[in-house]
Amino acid sequence: MRLKTLTWLAAIALAAASGLAAAQTVKIGIITTYSGPGSAQGDQLDKGFKLYLKLNGSKLPPGVKVEPIYRDDTGANPDAAKRLAQELIARDNVQFLTGVVWTPNAAAIAPLTAEAKVPFVIANAAGVAIPRASPYVSRVSFTLWQSSYPLGQWAAKKFKRVYTVVSDFAPGHEAEEAFIKGFKEAGGEIVGSARVPMTATDFIPYMQRVKDAKPEAIFAFNPAGKQATAQMKAYADLDLNKAGIKYIGTGDITTDEELQNMGDSALGVMTVHHYSAAADRPANKALVAAYKKEYGEKLNPGFMVVGAWDAMDVIFHAIREQNGKIDPDKTMQLIKSYKNQTSARGPIQIDPDTRDIIQNEYLREVRKVGGQLANVELETLATQYKDPWKEFNKPK
Amino acid sequence: MTHAGGYIADSRTRAIEWLPWVLAVLCYFIAPSYLPLGSYVLTMIIFALSLDLILGYGGIITLGHSAYFGTGAYAAGLLAVHLTGEPLLGLLAGTLAAGLLGLITGIIILRTRGLALLMLTLAITSLCFEVANKATTWTGGVDGLGGFTVQPILGLFKFDFFGKTAYLYCLAALFVCWWLVRRLVYSPFGASLTGVRENNVRMHAVGAPVYQRLVISYTISAALAGLAGALLTQTTQFVGLKVLSFELSGELMVMLILGGVGRIYGAFVGPLVYLVAQDYLAKQFPEYWYFGIGMMLVLVVMFARGGILGIIDTGLARLRRKPA
Amino acid sequence: MQDFLSSLVSVAFHGLAYGMILYVISVGLSVTMGLMGFVNLAHGVFAMAGGYIMLSAMNGLGVPFPLALVAAFIAVALASMVLERLLYARLYTAGELEQVLFTIGLIFMSVAVARLVYGTLPQPVHLPDYLKGQLRFLGREFPTYRVFLIVFSISIVGLLWFGVERTRWGAMVRAAVDYRAMAQSVGINTSRLFTLTFALGSGLAALGGALGAEIIAIQPTYPFEHLVFFLIVVAVGGLGSLRGPFVAALLIGVADTACKYWVPEFGAFFIFFATIAVLLWRPEGLFGRAA
Repeated sequence: MRLKTLTWLAAIALAAASGLAAAQTVKIGIITTYSGPGSAQGDQLDKGFKLYLKLNGSKLPPGVKVEPIYRDDTGANPDAAKRLAQELIARDNVQFLTGVVWTPNAAAIAPLTAEAKVPFVIANAAGVAIPRASPYVSRVSFTLWQSSYPLGQWAAKKFKRVYTVVSDFAPGHEAEEAFIKGFKEAGGEIVGSARVPMTATDFIPYMQRVKDAKPEAIFAFNPAGKQATAQMKAYADLDLNKAGIKYIGTGDITTDEELQNMGDSALGVMTVHHYSAAADRPANKALVAAYKKEYGEKLNPGFMVVGAWDAMDVIFHAIREQNGKIDPDKTMQLIKSYKNQTSARGPIQIDPDTRDIIQNEYLREVRKVGGQLANVELETLATQYKDPWKEFNKPK
Repeated sequence: MTHAGGYIADSRTRAIEWLPWVLAVLCYFIAPSYLPLGSYVLTMIIFALSLDLILGYGGIITLGHSAYFGTGAYAAGLLAVHLTGEPLLGLLAGTLAAGLLGLITGIIILRTRGLALLMLTLAITSLCFEVANKATTWTGGVDGLGGFTVQPILGLFKFDFFGKTAYLYCLAALFVCWWLVRRLVYSPFGASLTGVRENNVRMHAVGAPVYQRLVISYTISAALAGLAGALLTQTTQFVGLKVLSFELSGELMVMLILGGVGRIYGAFVGPLVYLVAQDYLAKQFPEYWYFGIGMMLVLVVMFARGGILGIIDTGLARLRRKPA
Repeated sequence: MQDFLSSLVSVAFHGLAYGMILYVISVGLSVTMGLMGFVNLAHGVFAMAGGYIMLSAMNGLGVPFPLALVAAFIAVALASMVLERLLYARLYTAGELEQVLFTIGLIFMSVAVARLVYGTLPQPVHLPDYLKGQLRFLGREFPTYRVFLIVFSISIVGLLWFGVERTRWGAMVRAAVDYRAMAQSVGINTSRLFTLTFALGSGLAALGGALGAEIIAIQPTYPFEHLVFFLIVVAVGGLGSLRGPFVAALLIGVADTACKYWVPEFGAFFIFFATIAVLLWRPEGLFGRAA
């Protein structure tokens, strides 16, 4: 009799414990790119997530654990991404989705999150309209309008004639549109526009056309990674600097993780972006030091690492406030009220109306600091800046 | 070319041929969370069947079959965006568009052989890819074609989130395709294809219209590939550029050779094993599943000609020899 | 008009450098496919390996540029000999499909190994100082490194052609390409010939990959991304030929870049149209032997 009761009690205790444990393990689905040509960008997200989890993974209420599940979307493959998201939701029962480098992938995933009511915190994909696709989507990274529009207005004060060269996909089109609007409104003249296919490895033909048109500057956008280096090399190879054509663009073109490979031809390039690894605010110094310690002294974190880091921070905030019992609508309310004064990029918050990121945009110049190339922040062009596209295109 | 497939005169359905269907239906009930993967596997099986028709039976090595898959996919997608989301019409559109492209390209390129033919197929699919890449107003370019909904099949079966309808839809389509391919292969037409593959010269000598046979089978194969593409569009409600890529053609060829060429069921086994292995390995080691797949391919080639079905055949033959 | 021509020259020049690199990498593939009849889709792996070895030697061990090039050539040539004896040789009698499967498997494995060892970011290329900057020539400025590439590649091409036309080894290769059975029956040890030629071809690919690292970034997905172009060079040029791929590579390098400059909307289509046109007109390639 004693043994039987004991066994029953043990069984009940075990069941209760595992029941409790199950309720307190929050599963997070992380979709990034590990293979294919986009893996360099995906790797940045991966490093950001893992670093955050390593350093802050225990900062949760007692008994609450987090289980990250990583998946490979193999590049800008919206159908693969959609299937992965579907499986993560239906098979693995994740309570959060995050990651996603590429806009097409995020656009394909967004409708799923509405149907299944799973909060999706975008760590990189920049397409302006994505948060509108579902009330459960929020974004922690950036939009091209946030960087290109202020850049356009600033550029009009320095240059009269500019040629734009952007990569041919949605963020590229957005960067082009935003820059041209800002530039023209402030009185500048656009001499020409080119769109370079995403598959192009050689920017020479396009940059030569720019050289022919003799503008005062080139506005460029590319999806960071090796394309940034290739475009910088084309700029140098064709001697555009000597021809008097300055190179300006969003921070993607001098992305921190690639900057050292670009060589001295990158010196003097001015960009507008929300993050620079060279920033000397304490939160950033700590992040860069932790990154170098974990991944190698020679490496620098790029803006995608910070995107991943902050995305995980948002998720952890939601988990902490709900003590591990996640309710999708409560989560979205918590996300919409998220504010962080000490992100590595400066103060950030989520816009409660659009669920998009509000952050500072800095004007930077590439200089040599301590023998290394760095995007030195010169001034804050826009403070606590909302995505201007949504301001210009309010839903009817 | 070495593989076990040959012409079999007996076209009655053997009992074991019902096995895949039983398994597929079982899957529906015991593994409901794997249905989206299941739909993808079924779609790729149809695609592999189409390739087997010209590769295994016709002997044409092609790296450009995704041109037809992609054409079917975009045709179905464009129809859904601009005209109607009716799924069966979409399937028809995809099949016809791809078949037409197959006919035209087949007529042009099937006079060549070997490496030249291979490169021509590669060039055609690369060209299609570039066209889709550039025509962003129609195809959405890199961003893909989305934002359309597919209406319920026959007005009754809605496409649900968990992929149940999609799975059964693909299964039905596969059944039809399988039946078609099987009839074709076991017919005199199929016999002549095998003849063309095994001994081209002799076929010419007996007066068989080789070129015409090849073009017809190429067109049918392209149409089937287009059907598979349309299926993918409708089950995922999205079309990405990947459907036209040469990488997809290469992947498909690997899946088919892995299963076993020229014997219909290789097209069933190959994609199943490849995609399930990829799914499993990608879960355990998202960064390194490439190595596992590569190793599997090398080992299969080293120790087993004729793919997985070839291994099974050799194994069975050894077993039969034992009791003596 | 003057300006347009001058820009065209500049663009064509860059394309020339790219075409030369393509040739150095692909010529090995042409010879081994023509000689051994083996469909080696994994050829790009050797080019990638050459690039990685050179960059590791330079960045990690501080080896000077010329020495690193030599190291890449020798290391990959030796490694490919081992691969050939152990794995490739078993598949000479297998069908083309098996060869395709095997070489794709090799690509997958090497891509994974490259990622494991080197990470996903493209390798930084730090050119030696004497190769940086611009050269003044005919009243225009040209990037020094691209000039170096063109000159160096042409000299390699010259050496190769001399080797195949004038040496005994070259004669044996030409004999074996033309008629393998006959070559064997006059006592040529074809299997050793295969190994040596394969090693040379792979070594050249490694050299090409290393030299071209500045233009064609070395990263784990290299063998997949550029496979199409190596195949086009070989198929359009003609299997087993040295001259053919040279012309094809020039065509691809120069004309492709020029077209992208001249007509950016349709520039990318040029290569594929050209390939289709040439292969329909002459299926054996520009300089291949008619079947």
